[in-house]
Amino acid sequence: MTEQLGKRILRKEDPALLSGRGRYADDLPVAVGTLHAHVVRSPHAHAEILGINTAKALAHDGVWTVITGQDVRKLSDPFLTAIKTPVQQWALAVERVRYVGEPVALIVAESRYLAEDAAELIEIEYEPLEAVLDPIAACQKSAPLLHPQAETNQVSVRDFSYGDPDAAFARADRRIAMTVPFHRLSFTPIECYVVVAHYNPAKGSYDVLANFQGPFSIHPVMARALRVPGSKLRLRIPPDSGGSFGIKLSVFPYVVLMALAAKITGRPVKWVEDRIEHLVAASSGPNRVTEIEAAVDKDGRVLGLKLDQLEDYGAFLRAPMPGPLYRMHGAVTGAYDIAHVAVTNRVVLTNKMPASLIRGFGGPQLYLALERLMHRIAVELKLDPLEVIKRNLIGAPKFPYRAAAGALYDSGDYLGAVTETTGGGRLDELKRRRAAARKDGRLYGIGFAAVVEPAMSNMGYLSTLLTAQARDKAGPKNGAVSMATVNVDPLGAISVTADVTVQGQSAETVLAQIVAGELGLEPGDVTVVLEMDTAKDQWSIAAGTYSSRFASGTAVAAHMAAVQMRDKLKAIGAKQLNVLPDDVELAGGKIRSRTNPDNALPFGRVAGTSHWSPVMLPQDMAPALSETGVWSPPELEPPAHDDRINTSLTYGFIFDMCGVEIDPVSYAVRVDRYVTMHDAGRLMNPMVAEGQIRGAFAQGVAAALYEEFIYNEEGAFLTGTFADYLVPTVAEIPEVEILHMESPSPFTPLGAKGLAEGNCMSTPACIANAIADALSVRDVILPATPRRIHALLRPPQAEKAGKP
Amino acid sequence: MRRVNKNEKTRVTLNLNGRKLAAEAEPRTLLSDFLRHHLGATGTHVGCEHGVCGACTVLIDGVATRSCLTLAVQAHGRELRTVEGLAAPDGTLNPLQAAFRNNHALQCGFCTPGILMSFTDYLARNPHPTTDEIRDVLTGHLCRCTGYAGIVKAVEEVASSSAPAKAGAGG
Repeated sequence: MTEQLGKRILRKEDPALLSGRGRYADDLPVAVGTLHAHVVRSPHAHAEILGINTAKALAHDGVWTVITGQDVRKLSDPFLTAIKTPVQQWALAVERVRYVGEPVALIVAESRYLAEDAAELIEIEYEPLEAVLDPIAACQKSAPLLHPQAETNQVSVRDFSYGDPDAAFARADRRIAMTVPFHRLSFTPIECYVVVAHYNPAKGSYDVLANFQGPFSIHPVMARALRVPGSKLRLRIPPDSGGSFGIKLSVFPYVVLMALAAKITGRPVKWVEDRIEHLVAASSGPNRVTEIEAAVDKDGRVLGLKLDQLEDYGAFLRAPMPGPLYRMHGAVTGAYDIAHVAVTNRVVLTNKMPASLIRGFGGPQLYLALERLMHRIAVELKLDPLEVIKRNLIGAPKFPYRAAAGALYDSGDYLGAVTETTGGGRLDELKRRRAAARKDGRLYGIGFAAVVEPAMSNMGYLSTLLTAQARDKAGPKNGAVSMATVNVDPLGAISVTADVTVQGQSAETVLAQIVAGELGLEPGDVTVVLEMDTAKDQWSIAAGTYSSRFASGTAVAAHMAAVQMRDKLKAIGAKQLNVLPDDVELAGGKIRSRTNPDNALPFGRVAGTSHWSPVMLPQDMAPALSETGVWSPPELEPPAHDDRINTSLTYGFIFDMCGVEIDPVSYAVRVDRYVTMHDAGRLMNPMVAEGQIRGAFAQGVAAALYEEFIYNEEGAFLTGTFADYLVPTVAEIPEVEILHMESPSPFTPLGAKGLAEGNCMSTPACIANAIADALSVRDVILPATPRRIHALLRPPQAEKAGKP
Repeated sequence: MRRVNKNEKTRVTLNLNGRKLAAEAEPRTLLSDFLRHHLGATGTHVGCEHGVCGACTVLIDGVATRSCLTLAVQAHGRELRTVEGLAAPDGTLNPLQAAFRNNHALQCGFCTPGILMSFTDYLARNPHPTTDEIRDVLTGHLCRCTGYAGIVKAVEEVASSSAPAKAGAGG
């Protein structure tokens, strides 16, 4: 084999994307006669729908139909959810709207322009209801109920205890507590949702193109809603997608809606979401309020931890929610060696758009609370924050390490990573800058964050929210399957398919590296085809691109498929070269004897044997040159009876350190220096790795300082354009120094771990700690906008208590 | 000045990447929609339709313009250049495109065509900009994948090359 992994190989994706030859969902041709849909949305945060008069809209030129919640209720079933509650959700609002932007009607017309014209003619009568936006208020008995049949807005509460947290708190020198909110935001892919749906009445089947991203556990949800078996919902994912960051999972209700529209009209129906719709209603990360408390000894060692996590999912709990509350569950103690933990997880519904997947997926919320607490412990005990972190880190000899709540951390040297990051004069430089700034009376602070980054989720983690008895009854859920296939054609050309959706993560390039390396070829010799078709491609519920599953999942499956193909070709080649299979190697486009390299055949010649002369194959060998690697790691066990759960397969480590300065006039936070250390095991392509880290870092900065979905008290949405919702431009993204260590994972043959979500988790916490240090305040609310900083610097008298 | 009737389709003729093309458009048809859905030039992307993200940027008579804020009829008789017109006919990337690839200046690639067109215009007027000037132009675009660092490096690479940046082949 020729090693291709670890090289900085330029992307195979780029020439097409740089030339306008990408094939994104809206670029693909549609059938003649395709109709275009426009969604009519609720202007109210909470209201009864008294009536919808569609007559005038229907009479408008070019309008084929107007679909309302009543039609949807007749033709489809409510979406399956992860928590069984009396809450029902369809693709359009039925009887009641529960957030601004909720789809209420669908107008289908001969063009999008005509559909939008007709939208002005639709008459919807609403009876407004009191809305509840605040998650804590929504839990109160007096709160208006979003779903009266559920009799509460708090639809799930679970208590967990690991070790003996009460004893740990009883023997502690100090108890240190904080309340840490995390806000709502999205990473707004520049391409919005696209759906093109067909219905074939002869077969009763749907064929839908959508820029869906997975997980494919949602395919059964869509099929069930449409009342068809999964085989009659053919879902196709286009070869290119304009970003996702978790957001494009939530195209799924629109897949169902457009499929119904195609059935009703008898024509293909296309819908392209616009930006206004995307901001108001596509998806959001859930906001969370965490009450976190540590039991500490006088040296700052954390003996026990308690967390009460109240997560706000908006108006509906869509599958696979409440994922963010449980994705980190096994790793709730982060990078720290804490044996005793109590966790209360609470799920609440409010009058906001439904929350769902977003890059970081539960990590940003957890780590903001945990890392702010570690900083606070140092302040309260008058210790160095870095020292408190170091004293609590899991020691290198303890790996593989079983965390209190069940995560099995595969490998790492956390202290080594911290030492390397703070070394090289980096921390000294930060301290010098802080001292100089403070001497001049400027506001400057230093922050740290230590974060464990999980990758490749255990599909069983969500069942932790059920009691052990309920899990027993429902049957165990666990594991995560990845699949990839390597094909060799009659002339030796290689093609690869895999169970990922393309969103810019460079899977095409890295898969080509993996397969080419095993087959003794160059990445340019391997064609990777990643558009997906659920009717023809191999997939399971874990398929898709999310939870950093590529490096620890699909990449491994591709490696397995390539090794299987390599071994098959070696056996075929051995017969033709008249040597033993062990003496055969694949290198430089040849299949040859290792001991006598002159005894060689071109790769294509040997590969062609299976196609052209299958009778010549070694005995008992199946002729087809198509090998599928199926990867199902045994470490992903179901939740144990005591609720311990290994939530992910691999766990990388990140240590961040930054210095920020606060402008005394504008109150803007400027990140002066930022260093991020990543240990993601073996790096497969350093250029791609750096790109992923820089992208996550930019989003981490955005979450810390700029981006927030804002609702007013009545539930009106105030951030509905890119002029109100502040996506950082190049001017807002600071320089970042990226460092790497490599502690290969012992649980995957490639040793690689995920790394693309880490800075979404670490950067908000690191910047918040630096702000707390700069201003000597206890509470820092993100995003730390000038308005919020101003409030911290000029607190009203009553709030002065916030200062230590 | 050409007059168009609000309720009538009108024939819009323009030169796109060196080729004369024509199609019917309503007076309200956006140039971005016209390029993508009437002329089949889907390389230009639509990201916000309110002029903030910059993904839809094209050149009209050499000047970078938001095609989502331009009506198709306004492009009548004009020279348009889009991302499809940057590479050589055989697909060879021009120096700006190649620099984007070399510096990993794109991931999903959706915002990239607009950024390439803005810098095609800008580098033609200012072939050797400073890093601050590059960053200033780039603030007109949103990219959610890259964190922008690779884009700045890519343009710096073109700007610092000894040969003045070429406007590229094809146009």
